[in-house]
Parts: sequence; C-alpha cells; structure tokens
Amino acid sequence: MIRFEDYVPIVGEAVTDELRLLADRLRGTTVCHVNSTPVGGGVAEILTQMVPLLNQLGVPTEWHVIKGGNRFFAVTKKFHNALHGVAQSFTDDDFAAYRSTQEDNLAQMALDSHVVFIHDPQPAGLVARKAARGNHWIWRCHIDLSNPDPSVWGFLQPLVEQFDATVFSAPAFARRLGVRQVLIAPSIDPLSDKNRELSSDTISDIIDRLGIPRDKPLVTQVSRFDRLKDPLGVIEAFRLARPYIDSRLLLVGGSADDDPESAQVLAEVRDRVDGDADIIVLALPPTSHLEINAIQRASTVILQKSLKEGFGLTVSEALWKGKPVIASAVGGIPLQITHGHSGILTHSIEGTAYWIKQLLHEPDYARKLGEHGREHVRQHFLLTRHLRDYLLLLLSLRHPGQDLIYL
Amino acid sequence: MTAVAREPFRFVTQIVQVELTGLSARTVEELLGHLRVVPVGVLHQHTHRFVSDHQFLSPEPPNDFAYWVTEILGERRLGEQLAAVDIARFRSLEGLRAAMIDILDRYLFGAGAVRWAPEGSALHLTKAVSFILPTPYQATTLEEFLHGLKKVSIHSLYHHMFEARLRLEREQNDFSAWLAHSLGETALARAIARLDPYTQTMEGLRRRVASLVAQRLGEPAP
Repeated sequence: MIRFEDYVPIVGEAVTDELRLLADRLRGTTVCHVNSTPVGGGVAEILTQMVPLLNQLGVPTEWHVIKGGNRFFAVTKKFHNALHGVAQSFTDDDFAAYRSTQEDNLAQMALDSHVVFIHDPQPAGLVARKAARGNHWIWRCHIDLSNPDPSVWGFLQPLVEQFDATVFSAPAFARRLGVRQVLIAPSIDPLSDKNRELSSDTISDIIDRLGIPRDKPLVTQVSRFDRLKDPLGVIEAFRLARPYIDSRLLLVGGSADDDPESAQVLAEVRDRVDGDADIIVLALPPTSHLEINAIQRASTVILQKSLKEGFGLTVSEALWKGKPVIASAVGGIPLQITHGHSGILTHSIEGTAYWIKQLLHEPDYARKLGEHGREHVRQHFLLTRHLRDYLLLLLSLRHPGQDLIYL
Repeated sequence: MTAVAREPFRFVTQIVQVELTGLSARTVEELLGHLRVVPVGVLHQHTHRFVSDHQFLSPEPPNDFAYWVTEILGERRLGEQLAAVDIARFRSLEGLRAAMIDILDRYLFGAGAVRWAPEGSALHLTKAVSFILPTPYQATTLEEFLHGLKKVSIHSLYHHMFEARLRLEREQNDFSAWLAHSLGETALARAIARLDPYTQTMEGLRRRVASLVAQRLGEPAP
C-alpha cells in the first residue's frame, strides 16, 4: 500500500508538512465519497488513491458505490452526453428510472458522516437525505456543464442547488448557481501503477507481451472507446500524416461499468481500421494500469483528440512521463497545456496531422515540450495538490461566507 | 548586544482556495460591468494569481485582465495600460478597482467596433479564499528573523509582503511594521518597504529581503 511519506521525495517536505497541518485541523471530521463505479474512469482512479491517504492523515474517509441496473446506466450515459451539449431525447420513464434507483440506494446507505461528497450526476439524487441528517453535502462535478441540454439540466439543477457547495474542475465548466462553486482540478497519482517509474526492461516486457511491435515510432491515444474522444478522427489524422513519416498508431481503451456505449464505438473503430497493419487497437480491462503506463512510456507522441472533455487526465499522465502531447483545446486540456511550451493544442483533424508530422520530425523540440509539461504537472496536477484542495474545502465548510480564514 | 523585540514576529503562511463566481466576460464592456460589482476578492485573485502561481518564471503577465485583453481580444494598447497599473502604490483593493475601472471607462469612451472573445475564450471571474496558518517559526531578534525568512515557504513570504498590505489594508508590509515598531530598525524597515514586490519572483524577493537583513547584521549576503 502507498504511504503518505512516499510522496516526500516527489513533492518535497514543505508540501507534505502543509498537508499534515491542515489535516490536524480536521481531526474528528468524518467523510464519505459516493460515485457510480469502483473501477474504470478518472473518478474511480482518484478515489482509489485519495481515500487511503485521507485516512492516513487522520481524516476518517469511506467510499461507497451506488448500485444501478442497465436501464439506470443507459439513462445516466444519456445524461452525461446531454450535459456535454450532445442532443439526446428523454422520456418521463428515463427520469423515473433515475429517481427509483436513487430511492433504492437511499434505502441501503447511511450517509451519516459529517461531510458527504457526491461525484457526478449519477448519485446526485441521494441529496434527498441531507435534510434528515443535517450534515454537509458537496457535489463534485467532473464534467463540463458550460452548454448542457436544458431538459436534463432542468432536472438536475434543483438537486444540485440543495448541496452546500459544488466543485468544478475548470472555470469554464461552471454555471451560475445558487450555491458556492469551488475550483478544484483533478490530479494524477505519481506513485500509482499507471504513473510510477518503470525500468526499460519492464516496459519492454509489457510491450512484447501485448504484441506491440516497436519497429516504428508509436503515436498513441489512451482513452475510453467513446465518441467524445473522437477515435475515428484520430485514425483520420494519422492517415493524413503517415505518408510523410513512417509510424504506427496505437488506440488503447478500456471500458467502465457505467458506459454501455463503448462496445459499439469499439466496433466502429475496428471497422474503420479495416486491416490496416499500421494501426493497432487494444481494448484492455479497466484494471490494466501498468500496461497503460508502459504503453505511454514506449510511445513517441501522445494524442488526446477529444471533441469534449471533462478534464482529460490522460494528458497529465503523459506529460508526467515527459512525453510530447498533442491534444484538443477543449475542456480542462488548456489548463494542462500551454500551446508551444508544455505541449500542442489543436482544433481540427488537419491540425492534429500537421503536428504529428512536426513532432516526429523534430525530436529535440518534442523533448522540450515534454520536459516543461512534466514540471507543470508537478506544480499543479499531482495528487498532493488535490488532497490539499479537498482539505481546504472541508475546512471552509466551517467558515461559510468568509474570504479570510484563520486556522 | 543583540536587540530583543518587544513582541515576537510570528511567521504565518497562507493557502488559497479558488471559488468560481459563475461570471464571465466576452467583451471589455462586460468585464467593466463585472468589475464594478464583484467582491474585491475577485480583483485580488486576478491581479495576484500570477505572483503566487508562477514563482519560477519571470517576467510573467502582471494580471489576468491585461493578459486577456491583449492575447484574446487583441487590444494591445489597452492591455499595456492595464499591465502598467502600479499595484504597489495602492493602499486598498478598492483603490485598485477604481483605477482599473477608470482605464476601461476611458477606453470604451473612444472605442470603435466591439471585439468579442472567440468561442471558449471568455474570461471567467474567480475569487480567492485565503486560509492563514501558523508556521513553526518566530523571531525576537534580527538573527532569528533572518533564519525564519530563509526557512518559510514562499506562501508565507507572499502573505507578509502582499496580503498584509493590500488585502488586510495594513499601513505597510508585516516585516517592515515589526522591524520598525518592535525592534526599532526603522532604516531597515524603510528599505524593505521600498522594494517593489510585483516586479520580481517570490524567490528573488526573498533573496533581496534576506540580503538587506544580512547587511544590517554585518553578515555576508545569503
């Protein structure tokens, strides 16, 4: 198990001392996180690391996952797409399925800790318990709410406004709300299997085991098979670049329990590849963290060509490994990349193709981008900064309306 | 004999939590409208964020308003005017607000066609909530003060040099106030007060303050 002390060599003692000081001020406060999947996706990954560390710092923290059937997750997937501004049609039955799942879960859960953290829309309806408990509730929104479909936002907003505070990952994601909105970017864990240092032998072993040839530079996108990640656009960009530089495209994705659409998207991707030997599609189980780590480290260039994005943590993962990243200027990605300094931001398939060629032709420039990106991630997107922000948020609940808080 | 202060200097540190206001601007006129009504914590966040966030790089854009007006709206002249606002001369954030509003008002009076920020490039207004915590360091002599100054984080330095004066509206920065009033070191206090903290990195500022104190002690500059 990862110990809190293990972060000292990475971020320095001043940072870890500050976290202990904050946690000491919270002694006796109990916390419970609720989300919709135990594995797969950024939220589950963050909680897997965050919850044990909060406990080690003396803040008793639990993590619960709501239960729901296929019908519920099909509805919440439509919620997800609609909140990102993708048109969806909803029926009264959809909203009824959402409500009944909330009631089923409320019957199973105590939700009596001092602070309840609800992640994303799937369990947001649990806030119905707040009035009876009289504890603090926080809604942690990991997605971009800047342009939501009004029908689903009209359904969710009254739920969201019952919380004491909301948390968004980027300023552009928020909306005007009747409750406090706090900015907390997500983070990556530098000690997790997905991000820890690997020896070159380990990388080679894993790459060989996965059957990935290394005779050409690898251009890689790691993402769920989701239309919003634009895997077909990635294939098109690669095919535009390939005539000018010999390389291989690697599309690596996993699936998550709360994403029923991924199998369909994966089939579309395989259809588009159509036997092209320079394009490898790997569908890995959601627990393949070490494999993802090795693949990113073995790659020459990393892509994240999302059409919409919550935050796009795969960008920080790649930057932390010192890799040059070409990513769409959407969602939280511009917070992670300053164009031309710590990576490349693009707006189109053609632009992505252009920069694939540039970075493969100019390895010195590509290396500089990766180095700057790694330092930017060290400052702003590691788990320790995220922990600090959560501790501050918990402390701020005791000082509502204050801008200067003396601890 | 080493002079002992009447009151010890207690180094504190501060950590900032950023709150979203839900307000955003796509034009200079929208920015001006927001600046007239937002809490001063918003003004503080957008004029001081770069100071604490980018401590390793210098020079940096002096404030978010200047950066956005220049880089996103392409209004270079206005951007330069906003960048050149001498924050060090203001004694309160309300004074700074009035100066920013005056510049934007004058610009709009003679402005031609409205320039809109492209899709996705609006300026989102945020607010700083500051948490102030004690550090293990305190000083009753100049030697102890120098020791603490070298040890504390840049966030502590930031608090005592910036936050104390402009946000807490104290007469001068905390270091100068203590040196003058508790230790009688008026010349040293004045020398530190004369430094412009906005035109150097936090580590650069630490070196300069430490160097002035070391000189007074007759020690080589750190």
